[in-house]
Amino acid sequence: MPAKINTRFAQSDAYISQLMRDVRDVPAQGAFPMGRRTFFKLAGAGAAGLVLGFHLPGEAFAATAQAGKDQAMNAFIRIAPDNSITIYSKAPEIGQGIKTSFGLIIAEELDADWNHVVMEQAEINPKVYGNQGAGGSTSIPRAWDQLRQAGAGAKAMLVAAAAKQWKVDPSQITARDSMLSHPSGKSATYGSLAIAAANMPVPDPKSLKLKARSEYRLLGRRHRGVDDPKVVTGQPLFGIDVQLPDMVYASYTKCPAAGGKVKSFNDAEIRALPGVLDCFVVEGTGVPAEVMPGVAIVAKDTWTAFQAKNRLKVDWDLSEASKDSTTEFSARAKKLAASFPGKPVVDIGNVDNAFANAAKTVEAYYEYPFAAHAPLEPQNTTAHWHDGVIEVWSPSQQPNRGLANLAKVTGVKEDKVVIHQTRVGGGFGRRLVNDYMCEAAAIALKVKTPVKLQWTREDDFNHDFYRPAGYHQFKGAVDKNGKLDAWQEHFITFTADGKKEASGANLTENLKYSTIAPNLRRGTTMMPLVIPTGAWRAPGDNAQVFANQSFMHELSLTAGRDHVQFLLDAVNTRVPELAPKDPKTVNFSPARASAVIKLCAEKAGWGKTLPQGSGLGLAWCYSHAGHVAQAVELSVDANKRITIHKVTVVIDVGPIIDMAGSEAQAQGASTDALSTAMGLQINIENGRIKQQNYNDYPTLRMPFAPKVIEAHFIQSDNPPTGMGEPAFPAFAPALGNAIFSATGERVRSLPLRNLGYSV
Amino acid sequence: MLRLQINGEERLVGDDVDPKTPLLWVLRDHLSLVGSKFGCGVAQCGACTVHVDGKPVRSCQLTVGNVGAKAVTTIEGIGKTPNGAKIQAAWMEIEVPQCGYCQAGQIMSATALLNSTPSPSDSDIDAAMAGNICRCGTYIRIRQAIKNAAAKSV
Ligand code: FES
Ligand code: FES
Repeated sequence: MPAKINTRFAQSDAYISQLMRDVRDVPAQGAFPMGRRTFFKLAGAGAAGLVLGFHLPGEAFAATAQAGKDQAMNAFIRIAPDNSITIYSKAPEIGQGIKTSFGLIIAEELDADWNHVVMEQAEINPKVYGNQGAGGSTSIPRAWDQLRQAGAGAKAMLVAAAAKQWKVDPSQITARDSMLSHPSGKSATYGSLAIAAANMPVPDPKSLKLKARSEYRLLGRRHRGVDDPKVVTGQPLFGIDVQLPDMVYASYTKCPAAGGKVKSFNDAEIRALPGVLDCFVVEGTGVPAEVMPGVAIVAKDTWTAFQAKNRLKVDWDLSEASKDSTTEFSARAKKLAASFPGKPVVDIGNVDNAFANAAKTVEAYYEYPFAAHAPLEPQNTTAHWHDGVIEVWSPSQQPNRGLANLAKVTGVKEDKVVIHQTRVGGGFGRRLVNDYMCEAAAIALKVKTPVKLQWTREDDFNHDFYRPAGYHQFKGAVDKNGKLDAWQEHFITFTADGKKEASGANLTENLKYSTIAPNLRRGTTMMPLVIPTGAWRAPGDNAQVFANQSFMHELSLTAGRDHVQFLLDAVNTRVPELAPKDPKTVNFSPARASAVIKLCAEKAGWGKTLPQGSGLGLAWCYSHAGHVAQAVELSVDANKRITIHKVTVVIDVGPIIDMAGSEAQAQGASTDALSTAMGLQINIENGRIKQQNYNDYPTLRMPFAPKVIEAHFIQSDNPPTGMGEPAFPAFAPALGNAIFSATGERVRSLPLRNLGYSV
Repeated sequence: MLRLQINGEERLVGDDVDPKTPLLWVLRDHLSLVGSKFGCGVAQCGACTVHVDGKPVRSCQLTVGNVGAKAVTTIEGIGKTPNGAKIQAAWMEIEVPQCGYCQAGQIMSATALLNSTPSPSDSDIDAAMAGNICRCGTYIRIRQAIKNAAAKSV
């Protein structure tokens, strides 16, 4: 049994847990407000035209002190005299469509001609842009007010300039498609006014009148991704595509059991291989979120670096290495489940009493495995150490944190760190951690030229920050009216520091609000774990909702109730202790939850008669500020082969920015959730990861993907929230509930292929 | 010195490149054609798909020394073929890409499918596209885009 706590692993875990809290920490009822002094123009009169950016409070940036080209680097919007409009997207594009959405939000308020807007990736400078990460489905809610004000502010300055030139009242001027016009017949393009506008005073953001939803011309429609033309023609976009003059290539090999250190390696043999330029040990910081010890091989191209890596023989010091075993964890959790912990983490009402007086009770044990992120672009970063500066090009989800990470591992000051954000070939939470970026920088310190560190797919499987496994022992009671009366949950999970849950291994906040019973008790037991864990698309919710919503179905069946009615009753039960204390930070709403459940039932044809062997299942979740219900209609044959006939997703994330992108997230998250529920599992034995490539990790493929996924959006005037995660969690329980209604067999563990199912 | 025929042009590969190097890495590291992607290196993901004499091939598995005089088409050149252009347009029309990383390989497989089967059925699509993983789950739109492109070719 692993017992000893590795302090540097615990430190790494604390960093990731804090990161995950920060990433999620966003007011649900609106973005961070902007003060008067935060909004500024970057260029005065001049060839640059109108360039608008932002200060953050407390930062003494003098716009006038910044010269020439730099001015555009701190910008959100640049309107040039040639009528070109450039909008800078401050956050990483990881496939969530943020570069398109950010542009649309600004262009909407600016009344810009979207067909002629150029989107560019902003430089990484949190002093100017504030948070520049992508994670927790919070990019949109964080930036919503800021971006709308940027667009409206620039438009106000253009209008002011036109009003002055035309000697008319600004209120009579209308804006459309990058043109201003006046009833007198006067009109002008934004470009022709750009220099004059730059001389107008910057408006107070609070004075700006933002559009009502009914006035939107761009938001809510279907749009093409701004980078699509480059994606479909294979132009360089991703981290892996970075090419620099005199660049060399590196591989990096760490101990297959996390925590092992290099004793020695076959240095002379590797060094002698043709094309190998150098090889050396990197001690690292021993912190998994930074640089773990390993052997770097620098070569003239990637293939040579990979070939040499295959020849590498390392003698590892395994004294502090992980000995984790998933078989052991499963067996232990099952035993631990039997005794509820002495100190519950939540205890509302009187659970014991409720069980004693219950009309009916039911108990069940659920479990799900570790999972890897496996984004399709293997981790990489290009780094260049020159002139006392560490400069990197990286596909990160947290470039802003990279500044401090790189300063720490290289020993330079943060102002000597330059990070260029590339497009990201899939995030799913994996790239919230900048380990590969730190490794590239550590290697670059020893190489005179730019060096691209390229992980193999096997490196990616071996050194992830995994979605932790989890084990839930439930007991529930229904009263004589068939309503949920008591809920007891014993959650067996993991700890890295022996005190609190490892990152991503805690009971989620979302479930605390959305599992509502008058008598409710939850307790947690933790098993020590060395292998690092982290954020995996909809952390916690991605698996806990499966257990919770499946058990909810068991309860409604026990009660003999219609499942949808049972869910609606439960979600509308008033339990003051469970209600969000501050609606400004938590937007959970029983009314919004009820609406998605009802519409999902209606769209899925709830209650219709299905043929023998077919089933319809429904589940819902409140996740990442979104309210979502999902239904799956399927049939199962005698060989347990599942055919999915239709998936219905109903989502309330407030108003939709880009309908094509939002629908893509609903489809993608449902497909990802099917893939994960059917086949994905990471096994660990003796601290080593068993699955080494996609052949061991059966990611869903075209023939097995659902052919019908209907997404419906309940749009409202609530502030918009993110779409990257909420459409994942409720899928798996909807699938399991559908399998039950088709076959009578309850799915209490994942992945389904372990139970003999296939698609 | 190897002489390769890539996207209708002759490209030279120097003697410093081991002929056992997979075509993928020669394209990416030596010929500045980075559109073909590395995803797995073991013929599992299809991100590296190119056409060799019109047939879809995993370029991570084909050594550059074995390419010979065969015509190689990559994502950078496929738009010059009628079906390639149709597929690319169909991809953009319904916003197929999410992260976009798999899409070069998907487009190469889809174009090869249309070249051999102008009006593919669902099972033709399944068979032709089964070798390409999309981690973002864009399959539903890939299927639709292939059908849309096929409808335009008749
Ligand atoms: S990289 Fe060639 S098939 Fe995955
Ligand atoms: S679009 Fe991301 S892997 Fe396919």
